[in-house]
Amino acid sequence: MKKLFSPGRRDYTISFGIVILAYLVVQAMILTGNITSSFKGQLVPICAYIVMAVSLNLTVGVLGELSLGHAGFMSVGAFGGIVATTALADAIPFAPLRLAVAMAFGGLLAGIMGVIVGVPVLRLKGDYLAIVTLAFGQIIMNIVNVLYIGRDARGLHFSLLEQRFELGEGGKMIINGPIGVSGVSKLSTFTAGFLLVLATLLLILNLLHSRTGRAVMAVRDNAIAAESIGISITRYKLLAFVVSAVFAGMAGTLYAMNYSTVTAAKFDFNTSILVLVFVVLGGLGNIWGSIIAAALLTVLPELLRAVNDYRMLLYAILLIAMMLFNNSKLKERLLAGRHREVE
Amino acid sequence: MKKILAMLLAGMMVFSLTACGGKDGGSDAANNEGSNPAANDTGNDTDGAAGGAFKIGGHGPLTGGAAIYGNAAKNGAQIAVDEINAAGGAVQFELTYEDDEHDPEKAENAYNALKDWGMQLSLSGVTSKPAEATSTSHNDDRIFALTPSASATAVIEGKDNVYQMCFMDPNQGTASADYISEQNLGSKIAVIYQNDEVYSSGIYDRFAARAKELGLEIVSATTFTTASQTDFSVQLSEAKNAGADLLYLPIYYTPASLILTQAKGMDYQPKIFGVDGMDGILTVEGFDTSLAEGVMLLTPFNADAEDERTKSFVSKYQELFGETPNQFAADAYDCVYAFKQAIEQSGATADLSAEDLCGKMIEAFSSMTFDGLTGEGMTWTDGAVSKSPKGMVIENGAYVGMD
Repeated sequence: MKKLFSPGRRDYTISFGIVILAYLVVQAMILTGNITSSFKGQLVPICAYIVMAVSLNLTVGVLGELSLGHAGFMSVGAFGGIVATTALADAIPFAPLRLAVAMAFGGLLAGIMGVIVGVPVLRLKGDYLAIVTLAFGQIIMNIVNVLYIGRDARGLHFSLLEQRFELGEGGKMIINGPIGVSGVSKLSTFTAGFLLVLATLLLILNLLHSRTGRAVMAVRDNAIAAESIGISITRYKLLAFVVSAVFAGMAGTLYAMNYSTVTAAKFDFNTSILVLVFVVLGGLGNIWGSIIAAALLTVLPELLRAVNDYRMLLYAILLIAMMLFNNSKLKERLLAGRHREVE
Repeated sequence: MKKILAMLLAGMMVFSLTACGGKDGGSDAANNEGSNPAANDTGNDTDGAAGGAFKIGGHGPLTGGAAIYGNAAKNGAQIAVDEINAAGGAVQFELTYEDDEHDPEKAENAYNALKDWGMQLSLSGVTSKPAEATSTSHNDDRIFALTPSASATAVIEGKDNVYQMCFMDPNQGTASADYISEQNLGSKIAVIYQNDEVYSSGIYDRFAARAKELGLEIVSATTFTTASQTDFSVQLSEAKNAGADLLYLPIYYTPASLILTQAKGMDYQPKIFGVDGMDGILTVEGFDTSLAEGVMLLTPFNADAEDERTKSFVSKYQELFGETPNQFAADAYDCVYAFKQAIEQSGATADLSAEDLCGKMIEAFSSMTFDGLTGEGMTWTDGAVSKSPKGMVIENGAYVGMD
């Protein structure tokens, strides 16, 4: 416990502090009825985007490899999770448990994809991961676009390109090609999202401050030096990348189970870039920065609804302003001031 | 550098202030209206509803690639609301449209924003997927919805309070196949459809099934996606090589206009048959309308119709927005009038909560007959409207009835 609050672990305190405080405040708002439907509707997506940003930060900030296909893992988790919840609807009637199982399944699938993408690419030096993940995101989108999965009394049916199976009595299409998924029972709740964020933070922060985490950072800072002291570069790169993919998959399940309909087109290049923006804006390697950036940038377009016609313009201006602030002397001075206080 | 930053930050604060200001203004107005005693006990969602005005909300893509559809619906609904309010009858409306960027996530946000505003009646979404996402929420919150143009089956399936003003996708596919078979329009049919759009693939599925029943031969069925809707040479060559003499295009008019242009470039001139998404092709900028000569389409709305109501709607729309209204605008216009008729029939008043109103509207809609711009004698069963698509053919730059 002492270790948890030592100065070296300040980001633990800040990250968990922000998340738990936010959860308590929002819960209080819900209980007292002081919450707008607009904000309430965004709680689950905010949690999903926070997990996306924190997990991508592991790849981009901590490992130092650029990934442009994080939404691809989200997509795998989303559709995997939907298939799991539909298939388990009778086996596990208790919704939160079913959601947890679906998340685990979605995370597992995304992790497998992470291994498939990572093994060949992470052996190379250079920006190959960016290129391959970019393609990966598109490939996943196109595969889901031609994927047909249905379920009836006889079990699950799969086909690619066109629907080649007939569903029996009472059968239901789960993924209907480009039309995506319809009629999902919404299982995600704010508490489920909060727990996922906590689990993500706990695991990723612990990883960062462990021997493994230091090895990953050593690989980022100087691969040759790391190799010379016996760190297997590929192993640690792969480890960080796959952990990041697993959490993206879980975030995908959480996200998908919050809407009654999901299409593959949602998880396109733009979504990957959006998450990357959260990470860059929050600061590379800065976990609590990612949390704040993801929450802020998800809520911002909604806050700007009041200025209707200008909101797209304003959103862009605000993004630029925040980027400028991030690199400005002003921020350095603010941070310097705070450091002095701490000392 | 510092100055720029300071100015930007200052600008940010000004805007955030105006944003708050706007919101406060809204809720103040709502509170004032809420002083009507009847409105005070209507629950959280409908505080603002009073003073005789029903609050109608709708969401659609007002920005982005599908913005033409969202804006058309918004404009059409606005004209109807203005007309009704100007006439000064017992039923008055207030209309708000929120942007959903043609994205289910944003649609859900837009819907929640409308709920905060105090929406009592909903025009739901303009495009299928976003409307499908919010239709579940409409059902959970018991807010009555009548969508002008979200035609997918899933929008209304299993929801007793979500209705459609347009005909459903499957009906169009079946109707097209029937038409082609009855009129003997072609023996070898090629289809080009957009497989990542529910609208298009929904129609195609039914068309293919019905064509099989009727013994129509589909010699080529090719697809494109939103990302690849700029070049159709591959699809057209395949159709040409298969010797298709009829090209069926269950797609929206923007890609259709490109297909026509490119087919002309390839010297391939089959007969063209479209669905209601084809409506609007004559208004595409830079499109040589002579290419559309002889194109057949199914549409519920004809902007060149000679009846008084259509004429006045089209001229108002042109005056206000500078373009010819398409079927999205006409459908939204009809929705507002259908609301008016249902309210008058059920005797509902604007101080009812959304939930009470929902019950009355379901009752009214399941029994009433409605005449609008997009069809006469419309009735609803299980949320689906019964009106038959009209076959039109383009001659000399205008629609002419096909029968």
